[in-house]
Amino acid sequence: MTRTRIVLGLALVTAMLVAGLADAGTSSHAKAGVNTAVSGSISFDGIWTSSSGQPQFEDVIKAFNKVYPNVHVNYKPVGNNLPTVLATAVAGGHPPDMADIAQPGTIAQFVAQGKLKPITYATSTMASNFAPAWLKLGTFGGKLYALPFKAANKSLVWYSVPTFKNAGVTPPTTFSQLLNDAKTIHASGTPAYSIGGSDGWTLTDLFENIYLRTFGAAKYDQLAAHQIKWTDPSVTTALTSMAKIIGDTSNIYGGTSGALQYGFNDSVTNAFASPPKAAMVFEADFVAGVITSSTKAKPGTDFNTFTWPSITPGPDASAVEIAGDLLVTFRDNPAIEAFVKFLATAPAAEAWAKQGGFGTGNKNVPASIYPDPITRLSEAPITTAKQVVFDMSDEQPPAFGATTGQGEWGLFQQFLKNPSNISGIQKQLESAAAAAYKKK
Amino acid sequence: MGIGGITAEPPPLAAPAPSAEPGRLGRYLVGAFFLAPALFMLGVWMVYPAVYTIVRSFFGPTGFIGHWTGIDNYKTLFTTSYLRTAIKNNAIWVAVVPAAVTAIGLVFAVLTERVRWSVAFKTAVFLPMAISAFATGVTWRIMYQQDPSLGAINALGKTVSGVFSPAGVLSAASPSTPSLQPSGGGLVLKTTLQPGGTALLGLTAIPPDQVPKGAVQAVTPPAKPGDIVGTVWRDFKPGGGKPGVVEKGELGLPGVTVQLKSAGGKVVQSTTSKADGSFDFTKVAAGSYHADIGAQTFAKPFGGYGWLGPNLIVPSLLIAYIWIWAGFSMVVIAAGLSSMPRDVLEAARTDGAGEWQVFRRVTVPLLAPVLSVVFVTMIINVLKVFDIVYALAPESQYAKANVIALAMYFTAFQGAGDFGVGSAIAVFLFVLVIPVLALNIRRFRRDI
Repeated sequence: MTRTRIVLGLALVTAMLVAGLADAGTSSHAKAGVNTAVSGSISFDGIWTSSSGQPQFEDVIKAFNKVYPNVHVNYKPVGNNLPTVLATAVAGGHPPDMADIAQPGTIAQFVAQGKLKPITYATSTMASNFAPAWLKLGTFGGKLYALPFKAANKSLVWYSVPTFKNAGVTPPTTFSQLLNDAKTIHASGTPAYSIGGSDGWTLTDLFENIYLRTFGAAKYDQLAAHQIKWTDPSVTTALTSMAKIIGDTSNIYGGTSGALQYGFNDSVTNAFASPPKAAMVFEADFVAGVITSSTKAKPGTDFNTFTWPSITPGPDASAVEIAGDLLVTFRDNPAIEAFVKFLATAPAAEAWAKQGGFGTGNKNVPASIYPDPITRLSEAPITTAKQVVFDMSDEQPPAFGATTGQGEWGLFQQFLKNPSNISGIQKQLESAAAAAYKKK
Repeated sequence: MGIGGITAEPPPLAAPAPSAEPGRLGRYLVGAFFLAPALFMLGVWMVYPAVYTIVRSFFGPTGFIGHWTGIDNYKTLFTTSYLRTAIKNNAIWVAVVPAAVTAIGLVFAVLTERVRWSVAFKTAVFLPMAISAFATGVTWRIMYQQDPSLGAINALGKTVSGVFSPAGVLSAASPSTPSLQPSGGGLVLKTTLQPGGTALLGLTAIPPDQVPKGAVQAVTPPAKPGDIVGTVWRDFKPGGGKPGVVEKGELGLPGVTVQLKSAGGKVVQSTTSKADGSFDFTKVAAGSYHADIGAQTFAKPFGGYGWLGPNLIVPSLLIAYIWIWAGFSMVVIAAGLSSMPRDVLEAARTDGAGEWQVFRRVTVPLLAPVLSVVFVTMIINVLKVFDIVYALAPESQYAKANVIALAMYFTAFQGAGDFGVGSAIAVFLFVLVIPVLALNIRRFRRDI
């Protein structure tokens, strides 16, 4: 025990020394960056499995080991059950050293319980790599706890190129153009929208983009924190705009009942089938992955993407909603510190970004790193955006924002079923939100 | 020696007494030794979790134990609408499934006794038991799909309905301008027509692959005195075009039946559009008329029933679940049937009882113990039902299809992560199962 402590202490001192040296001479000696003094092993529970990012993350670890050869990162692919596994592990007192969490709401809970360690040691590294909006995403209760390592651009619309061509329309830049285009697409004989309403989160994403585009990032954050009630007139306005899409039932593939039955994957495969059954899908950058893996559509000629059209002109018009993986630490030691700092730098992001399926807010990562034009089109706005907000439903208490069939997801499905009942749905959203925030 | 032997007589009597203590203790120790693994397992896997769950149900949502909340979690259980739906649905399950499964099993068992190939039949009915409930759920979910090109059940419906009400040529079309109004499933031109007039019937929302074959550029025929002419065309070109105006690049719609109706609504003439969409009602008597396209042109193809929709989801689940368990019930009842004394049945028949009477008055009463085993087992199964709902119901319908076990899983382990309310739901489920279990155990005792 004492021996370990001494070794760790020594390691810490050496790490500091080496870090100081490295800071002094990074530009001149690349080899001097190799740090053999810091050693140890890190257990990391992640959501990425062998088919969805584990190999890429292991490449990131390899890049890290080029600098810190003596730190061993034990990556465990937990999969989508990660929140459950983590909650149980934390309740049982044996959390991993690090984990990625996609829900800021869960991080806030862990912070409130005092289970997480702040990563303030990485503040300066992060500040030199990320815009302030990104540090804000990782800050909870005034302290930096999380590193937004991987981000998905959720402010995107994917469209079927041949359907747009048939209808003679071009990607819209404003909301009214979007609605006009939709009308023309309908007249051309193809429904404009493909909606995967069986997954409640596709609907909350649609609402969030409309709210963000109408009222901007500041107000968006207030609603996410429940400082604005769901009965607020701003919510009424956003829901009214949303009803212009989901209420246009003859323009949705499968109508309302189809939209309620199709999940996210169905909504993508329907729109990009051959021949396309619908023209547009409102969802994040990961749509591209579904298109290439489950349809024959080719990038550029069959499918393409455009940024969510602006609703209110102004600086917020380019704000981007993201979802992503926030890395957190349950313990603190030199090895973990070294890894966290490394993950905040450009080489870490580039190791994954060049393989695709990865977006980053790291401003030192050039857009040219992305492997193809479509990925560049979908990921570049994340890096350039002045305003970045996190997926709202992930920020709220999970009972309200992230439970299948309940809370926000369930209520937005009811809204899809009956888009005319705006005030009724607002009242229900508010009472569900109030109950969830009271419990929190 | 002899004396010694005599004097030594009492010790053999007394000897067992001192040795009895260690002997009994030893036996207890041996007993405890053999019981220990089982008790340990029971303690770790059953008693501790059960006690912890009960205690946990009185505490807040997160952490190993959370803060004391009294009976709040139980209040939540009965006041939250989706949890109330879960309880209501479980009641429906209990009311329908055990009775249906027992009845269907009984019918199958009795009937298969009398047919050749009964083994083959029994195997077919029993087969679903060999499939995991999750796989069954996924399979039935696919069969229940609303789109007839995906779901087997609605595909059957489409085949049947295709015979009786075939889809129209332009099932997807809608009018391009408000001057065409829907009427009785078809479309009617609002403006009245006189002889010498022209009727423009513009339609949109026709997918390129649904434009009838042989269509050419739409043409507005020149007006003819005494005739009413017009054209039916796909009023769309890339970019939208001008609605209501025949433009270059817009195709006529051939083969559409257009009717000319008098002011009284009587069909005066009926004609079919040509390749360029034009039509001509010749020698029309003076008066005012309406032109319309009949409903059969727009008849929608069979769109399928929403088996997975909000109205049918619970019955759909029940059907799939009964399909799984009917085989189990049939096999158990058939076993009971084969061990039933035949002479009683023979005697009843000899006494002149009809087959229905034999079934009703002899077979069923004699089978009562077996039937009650099936019935009670099904009640317990149904109270705990989870996997089939999880796999079969689309996520958007979980709120409607919810059952107690599913609600427990979602509340405690998914999203909400509320271990307090989750535990309360589990305890509630446990309380519901206890009386049924007690009944079962009492019967076991009686059987022994």
